[in-house]
Amino acid sequence: MKFAVIQFPGSNCDQDCIAAINGIDGLRGEYVWHKQTSLDGFDAIILPGGFAYGDYLRCGAIARFSPIMQAVASDARAGKLVLGTCNGFQVLCEAGLLPGALVRNRSLRFVCDMVAARLEVDDSPFTHGCPKGSLLRLPVAHGEGCFFADAETLRELNDNRQVILRYADNRGCIVPEANPNGSVENIAGICNRERNIFGLMPHPDRASDARLGSADGAKIFLSMMQTISANSATSERAKQVA
Amino acid sequence: MKVKVLVMPKAAVLDPQGNAVRDAMRHLGMPEVRNVRIGKYMEIEVDGENGELESRLHGLCRDLLSNPVIEDYELQKAEVPPGSGVADTGQKSEVRRQRSEGRGQRSQVQ
Repeated sequence: MKFAVIQFPGSNCDQDCIAAINGIDGLRGEYVWHKQTSLDGFDAIILPGGFAYGDYLRCGAIARFSPIMQAVASDARAGKLVLGTCNGFQVLCEAGLLPGALVRNRSLRFVCDMVAARLEVDDSPFTHGCPKGSLLRLPVAHGEGCFFADAETLRELNDNRQVILRYADNRGCIVPEANPNGSVENIAGICNRERNIFGLMPHPDRASDARLGSADGAKIFLSMMQTISANSATSERAKQVA
Repeated sequence: MKVKVLVMPKAAVLDPQGNAVRDAMRHLGMPEVRNVRIGKYMEIEVDGENGELESRLHGLCRDLLSNPVIEDYELQKAEVPPGSGVADTGQKSEVRRQRSEGRGQRSQVQ
């Protein structure tokens, strides 16, 4: 199974993503330069962290117009899994593929820390390997990771169970002290209504091995692989029935 | 034509940068400062001048120069006096304000 890792000028977690993906049996990651126009042959798409286009204008504002983004959008519409971590999340919001926006941290500082993120759903294609309420220990490293959405969008996110992760303390409580950046309702990661696009500020790519302090990030890539396997098995069966 | 684009965070969006500058101004001896909001100011030179160009500029203000989820923009068309050869005098300028109401107005990546 092959995952694409998009490289924008200024991406800097692309290698982390490739290492995390290649660390899982049966998965292979491949770089795709942002000037490419097709993602055919890839089973999933990763938008890595970094500073695409130097974060000029706004984080992700220019990257969203890179040629590859048309392929990301059309493949996402067709149901392909798309994961955006950190800067990748910012790009997805700017592209309108995820609701809301990421603004400057409330804390007046760049945060570089290990956080606990509580899983809010148990049926996400990206996290179904972990039960609802469980905590993922993942690193964050960002200056503009404060998730903002207006009241109506927030209501929709909650009503449709699109909030996948919230920052929590070590007991799993959603408290202001556990919020590293001022995100509204401690939101750390959300998906689209169709549930196949997932963006989060923490870095699963930097937590793919216990030697890095946590292997919880690998659970996300593993869940993606399992979802894709299950989906292709289902469509195979459907073909046989037809 | 020369246009100026002003992009400001929406009132509902927290502006920690503005707050930090406000606090610094108070610290530097101006306790009267009530609020500071920080946005972006852009000067854009465009070849030609017509309504169609302007409406395309508005499109780019929504799609690229601002993010309607968190920002409002203001496009000011500065008229260059004939023969002046340099930037506008600032005396005659037409202000077109656009309050983008959240979502839906921006074109998505196709």
